[in-house]
Amino acid sequence: MKTTLVLSTALAGMAFAATAQEVNVVSWGGAYEVSQVEAYNKPFTAETGITVNMIAADNPSTPLKAQIEANNVTGDVFDVEVSDAIRLCDEGALVEIDPAMLPAAPDGTPAVEDFIDGALQDCAVANIFWGTVIAFDTTKFSGDKPASAADFFDTEKFPGKRGLPKSPKRTMYLALIADGVPAGEVYDVLATPEGVDRAFAKLDTIKNDVIWWEAGAQPVQLLADGEVVMATGYNGRFFDAMVGEGKPFEIIWDGQYMDMDMFVIPKGAPNPEAAMEYLKFATDTQRLADQAKYIAYGPSRKSSAALVGMYQDGKTEMAPHMPTNPQYLETAVMDDPEFWADHDAEMTERFNSWLASS
Amino acid sequence: MANALDPHAAVVATATGLTDGGLRTADGKPLARALARSQSLARRRAFLLVLPLLAFILITFVVPIGQMLQRSFYNDGFSAHMPALSQWFADNPRGTEPDDAAWTALATDLQASAEARTIGIVGTRINYDVPGTRSLFTSTGRQVRRGLEPPYQAALLDIDEEWGDPRLWSAMRDASTPLTSNFYLAAVDRTRADDGSVVQVEERQQVYVMLFMRTFWLSLVITFVTFVLGFPIAHLLATLPMRKSNMLMILVLLPFWTSLLVRTTSWMVLLQQQGVINDILVWMGVIGGSQRLQMIYNQTGTIIAMTHILLPFMILPLYSVMRTINPSYVRAARSLGATSWTAFRRVYFPQTLPGLGAGALLVFILAVGYYITPALVGGSSGQLISNMIAMHMTDTLNWSMAAALAALLLGAVLLLYWVYDRMVGIDNLKLG
Repeated sequence: MKTTLVLSTALAGMAFAATAQEVNVVSWGGAYEVSQVEAYNKPFTAETGITVNMIAADNPSTPLKAQIEANNVTGDVFDVEVSDAIRLCDEGALVEIDPAMLPAAPDGTPAVEDFIDGALQDCAVANIFWGTVIAFDTTKFSGDKPASAADFFDTEKFPGKRGLPKSPKRTMYLALIADGVPAGEVYDVLATPEGVDRAFAKLDTIKNDVIWWEAGAQPVQLLADGEVVMATGYNGRFFDAMVGEGKPFEIIWDGQYMDMDMFVIPKGAPNPEAAMEYLKFATDTQRLADQAKYIAYGPSRKSSAALVGMYQDGKTEMAPHMPTNPQYLETAVMDDPEFWADHDAEMTERFNSWLASS
Repeated sequence: MANALDPHAAVVATATGLTDGGLRTADGKPLARALARSQSLARRRAFLLVLPLLAFILITFVVPIGQMLQRSFYNDGFSAHMPALSQWFADNPRGTEPDDAAWTALATDLQASAEARTIGIVGTRINYDVPGTRSLFTSTGRQVRRGLEPPYQAALLDIDEEWGDPRLWSAMRDASTPLTSNFYLAAVDRTRADDGSVVQVEERQQVYVMLFMRTFWLSLVITFVTFVLGFPIAHLLATLPMRKSNMLMILVLLPFWTSLLVRTTSWMVLLQQQGVINDILVWMGVIGGSQRLQMIYNQTGTIIAMTHILLPFMILPLYSVMRTINPSYVRAARSLGATSWTAFRRVYFPQTLPGLGAGALLVFILAVGYYITPALVGGSSGQLISNMIAMHMTDTLNWSMAAALAALLLGAVLLLYWVYDRMVGIDNLKLG
């Protein structure tokens, strides 16, 4: 790996002398990386002759920050969460991206209008939307089945342990929605001290029934083991368990939490031109639609939605599994990166303090 | 120096009565100097041999850790990008109301830093001390990029009233020099009030001190449990005939060679409520199906899994010491009338102390820094301070805070090591 990095730096230095170009893409690994390799990298290399080196990280923003601090940027394109993209852009670490450069939709709609709101930032272009959703084990409920965020907090009607992520960002919104706050007002409420107290008060009601998870694979495992009867987790993971492994899970889309993953290019990237080519190619309508063949995350372009077809097994229609399905969007909470950039540390400290007190 | 320590040379010198360096080598040089030279040559050659290792440790260990720890007290995120305002703070003592010059400095710096796109760095730095101010900087930055007219005080307050907040100005003053103690204060649940005095943070924000105490307490418990479980096994290993003890040794080492994650995950399978142990207990009728025990995702889970993982670090040093203990000592004690308990307590056990000390120190220090096991099986009550350090490294990207917590942890371990050295003596340690 190191040799390829050194090599690619050297190649970039030689500017136009180099014929075999490369681009280093840092992404999240796992099934997500596979979907990007299949949908973006293979056709990109076939079309341009530029080799794509995929590098996996737990969270690509960590190596990105480390490389910038060390003044030795080795990645060209990083796949990061939206809050990190905005934060790093404000810190002057990223190349600004002019949306006019991005390819238009097949019907000629310019990129600026084709991308879903928020998917284009000053220094970043979103490729997918993903949802944090509630899933439950259908075999554990004989009568009524849970259907809403409020049911998740109702341990009398639906007894059993719950799985929740150990993070204020992905729990407090759910508490507020279950407490009756409309999805669109969650952040208005959370911005007030009373709203934060209200969220914690709601979380208090199920505190003794919660098993906290940290890694994305855990909620699926907890559900499969019967350790919990309901859990929130990433919709793509639940999809894999349901469709790929045939687990008897069902997803509640009510009150899903929507996040974006974005491509960014750091200043000082070794192959800036190839990086920009890659970014333009990977976020065009067809490529984003193709990715849905491999993973249940929603494309960031409106024009891609119509092109989303079947899962790779050839028989599962993907549209009902997409977090961006218009039907689910009405009750979805959109991530507010500014809010979390401001309050993440404070909320996390209070959350941990709350967790520790019994 | 070298010849004085050389017993042979000293004996020769005394025997011949020539202690004042009268001895000479065959080619007439003073023996003392010739010896010193040849020895220093050998020492230098030996040093050259360890030089690669020394360089390796320096480059891969000391320098990066030093750089990381430097962040805990050095953060120039504000001072480097807000030079004019930092200068104003330097010229005016604490308590000075911000005057026109201060507002002008603030406005100039904001404009320059918004242009250079460094405003996010400034905002992030202040946000550490006053939560919620990061967006104040970035949104103000977006507006001043479009232009800002004097009088600046009115203009900035017009953009956001929060610019008049004394707490914000106090935080900016703290950040105006790159050297800061604020991260260490935050790491012990303290903060600075508006007047600069150190106060405790709100009770519901307090978390670090409690986690430090929990980390040390759990590490002590784990060290004790590994001792109780490991001592008899080490004794058995040391006293059984070779064939059987080899077999047993493999059983001790097998988990040692297995991946940490595999072992942690196996404990999940065993301990969870729908897991093997609970199933067996329910099947045997010890507990009812609805009273399944909660043995994981809490402190119990952390203690069980970490004890298992760290057990070999206790057994191996104990074993290596016990093997060298001559059984005739205990026999002698017994033949002199000691009961088996007295013989163990007065004769055998004291001889195992070097191994016990080494094992306890190893287990304790490893436990204090443990991260992945508590993260996976600890639930909310089994989290340790290292989980908080990881959170600041990867989630909040507040590396200064992570460095401050890590430095405190390192300092506490070194302090314990020193106390240990004072009480037991590091020379009495036998690691293998």
